[in-house]
Amino acid sequence: MLKIKVNDVDIDVEEGLTVLQACEQAGVEIPRFCYHEKLSIAGNCRMCLVEMEKSPKPIASCAMPVAEGMNIKTNTSKVEKARKGVMEFLLANHPLDCPVCDQGGECDLQDQSMYYGIDKSRFKENKRFVPEKYMGPLIKTQMTRCIHCTRCIRFATEVAGVSELGAIGRGEDMQITTYLEKSMQSEMSANVIDLCPVGALTSKPYVFEARPWELKKTETIDVMDAVGSNIRVDTFGWEVKRVLPRINEEINEEWISDKTRYACDGLKFQRIDNPYLKENGKFKKINWNKAYKIIVDKIKNTLPDKIAGFTGDLTNMETMYIVKEFFEKTIKSKNLETRSEDTYVNINNRENYLFNSKINGIENSDLIFLIGSNPRFEATILNSRIRKSFLKNNTKIISMGDVGNLNYPYDIIKNDLNTLDELLNEKSSIFDIFKNSKFPIFLIGQSFFKLKSADFFLNKIKKFLKKNDKINDKWNALNILSNNASTVGGYDLGIMNSDNGRNLILEKLKNNYFNLIILVGQDNLDFKKKNEFIIYIGSHGDKGANCADIVLPGSAYTEQDGYFTNLEGKIQKSFKASYPPGDAKEDWLIINELSELLKRKKLFEDKDKLVGSMINYLKINQKKNNFEQVFNENFTNEKIVVDPLDYYYSNVISRASKTMNECRNEKIKTKSNGTTG
Amino acid sequence: MAIKKISKIQPDKFEFNKNNKDIANNIIKNYPSGKQQSAVMPLLNIAQKQNDNWIPLAAMKYIAKYLDMPYIKVYEVATFYSMYNLAPVGKYFFQVCTTTPCMLRGAYDLVKVCKKKISENENQLSDDEKTSWLEVECLGACVNAPMLQINDDYYEDLDPTKLESIIDKINKNEDPKPGSYKGRISTEPENIRKTLLGNKNA
Repeated sequence: MLKIKVNDVDIDVEEGLTVLQACEQAGVEIPRFCYHEKLSIAGNCRMCLVEMEKSPKPIASCAMPVAEGMNIKTNTSKVEKARKGVMEFLLANHPLDCPVCDQGGECDLQDQSMYYGIDKSRFKENKRFVPEKYMGPLIKTQMTRCIHCTRCIRFATEVAGVSELGAIGRGEDMQITTYLEKSMQSEMSANVIDLCPVGALTSKPYVFEARPWELKKTETIDVMDAVGSNIRVDTFGWEVKRVLPRINEEINEEWISDKTRYACDGLKFQRIDNPYLKENGKFKKINWNKAYKIIVDKIKNTLPDKIAGFTGDLTNMETMYIVKEFFEKTIKSKNLETRSEDTYVNINNRENYLFNSKINGIENSDLIFLIGSNPRFEATILNSRIRKSFLKNNTKIISMGDVGNLNYPYDIIKNDLNTLDELLNEKSSIFDIFKNSKFPIFLIGQSFFKLKSADFFLNKIKKFLKKNDKINDKWNALNILSNNASTVGGYDLGIMNSDNGRNLILEKLKNNYFNLIILVGQDNLDFKKKNEFIIYIGSHGDKGANCADIVLPGSAYTEQDGYFTNLEGKIQKSFKASYPPGDAKEDWLIINELSELLKRKKLFEDKDKLVGSMINYLKINQKKNNFEQVFNENFTNEKIVVDPLDYYYSNVISRASKTMNECRNEKIKTKSNGTTG
Repeated sequence: MAIKKISKIQPDKFEFNKNNKDIANNIIKNYPSGKQQSAVMPLLNIAQKQNDNWIPLAAMKYIAKYLDMPYIKVYEVATFYSMYNLAPVGKYFFQVCTTTPCMLRGAYDLVKVCKKKISENENQLSDDEKTSWLEVECLGACVNAPMLQINDDYYEDLDPTKLESIIDKINKNEDPKPGSYKGRISTEPENIRKTLLGNKNA
């Protein structure tokens, strides 16, 4: 600890901090533009000047490390004069276009010029003009406003791992651009909009939509992937205008992926706002009562065993729980499933489907072994953590097979099960790397669980890790990467019915065993319809609604309160920010009303009762017996096929989103040009 | 100094010739392994020399791949330094110094001659595409102001007529003589020496 003085107050600070951080610990706020906690230090905006005793000139506090006995002053007239001077230079070339700037109201330059700006300019020369740059479909540029803080460049190079942004030219003529104005090939590119302290980089889809003070802000949870990033949804009236990240150091730090941020315009399109009935291949509007009546008749006239239900990838846990209760108590059917593909899972033990090392744990890891996963598209934010770990600890990353550019270098080993088996038998040449690693991470993607012998290998991996002391009280190297927001929640609630862990209900569905199918937000099923009667409950008219005979309008994630469990098993609540369109109802209410009509009794009196019952269920079922049943005694050699996830098209909301569509086209265009990197 | 314009006409391919490849590899050897990116500036210089005194985009890409670094980083360096030309220049490339000492001694008269005899604008090739000119900052030969640089040589103590004769010579495919055009040796005093008279070696 070092003893320093800030404004004549003694404080102890850790070694290795900068003066700015020390001042912050002392409770003194220092204005800054280029400094950002999560990025490297540049020290080029000079806004953070403070006075240091024995230094003739003011110092840039963000770039100066603290030393024993420093005496820092931040409130002297010299400091104020220096900052005013810096501000005058920054404003010399900055256009005075705040009234037409989207950053207005949340602009660092605007805020700080209230304190340090002077009322008139002494700059009589012509202001610099910088042509606009093309940076893809998400980022709108107005480079005349740029103050050259280089936060965006540092973000792109350090966090996103795509060195595509740079500063060309020099001095006053310096310009921020992507290489030859290509769009930025990153799934996190839009974070530069938040980082930009001025209005140089603003959001293209949100351009001139609203002012920040007009928006209602709701702090909630993202459902685009299983990471469960913390977000803030800004609404104007009922319309979701934009999504911004919220800081959660354990999950998403300060970043969110582009899909999280920009799929929200999908909440406006392709919405189901009224119950529909399919007659002669065409959908006809009907009212709720009629819809309920048809469904009740159908359920009553169908054997429970012939009824199946599927919950979707964006379904919240309350809905899943009430659907489970509905199936178990009201219609007494066991055919309920949350998986849309034939994957293996053993839900008897929670560690079998969780990311056990935690997202934070990635930073401590010294070896990451990717099995059947492409984290860049499956969990973008998690991938940026892996990159952070790589930069911080030089973590060794090994992948089974080439899964494409992950924004960090990795070693590739042969992609077949014989290679994996060899390693697990401790005969492989790379076994020593695993043995010597203290905190390894076996990152197993969903593609792995599609293998026929997934259960055999999952068990073998667990045995291997336990034998080598990689699963113990402090560290659990077994990490499963789920793809969807509701996957882990569904497993926690036991939404599946299978003796061997495979998706037996899907198999029956493919054999056209069922007569009545209830899809609760499930759009990803791949089967041929014959004579089944399909009920779809959901928010968007997509694949599920298309094949349905009756469609009930549900709510999207921003339109109802709901719990989601993220891939590391952390339960988080998302809050209602807006209202469902038209006649649409909250999903749980639809099921509850159906049950009332079927059995003359509501399943739950209100939402609170439902949540209480669900939390109770989760508590009781948390400690499950730890048996490992293996059905395959041996394995056949297979290649792990990592499906290239269509990142911008992975769920109903993003498929309905125009912005995501543009991003996808841009990506395809760039790929066909072959000009990446 | 405005941002440099990149030529619209770009060759498709660029590759170091064998001799330059050896030079480049030798330069890279000066840096520890993994830090080969430090060699970007000399490599850009080699590329410029090889490609008629300007660097095409293909060369930047080639160097980026050669040194295993992102394209934009090479692009940044090439746009930062004024001595990398990013568009074709004449075979005889005139760089007229217009910083204060030269300016006081009539550098802008030289600029006028360039405008008349070579091309209307900076960085614009002459009609026969043999010459082009550019105003630059101090070239460090203030004692012999006004002066200019043609390719690698300095031409000093100029005035408009002398510059015109130089350009005429070039147009007649003769090589003009570099150095002072007042006949003095390097930077010796213009008239008779007045100081250090007793010192024979001075």
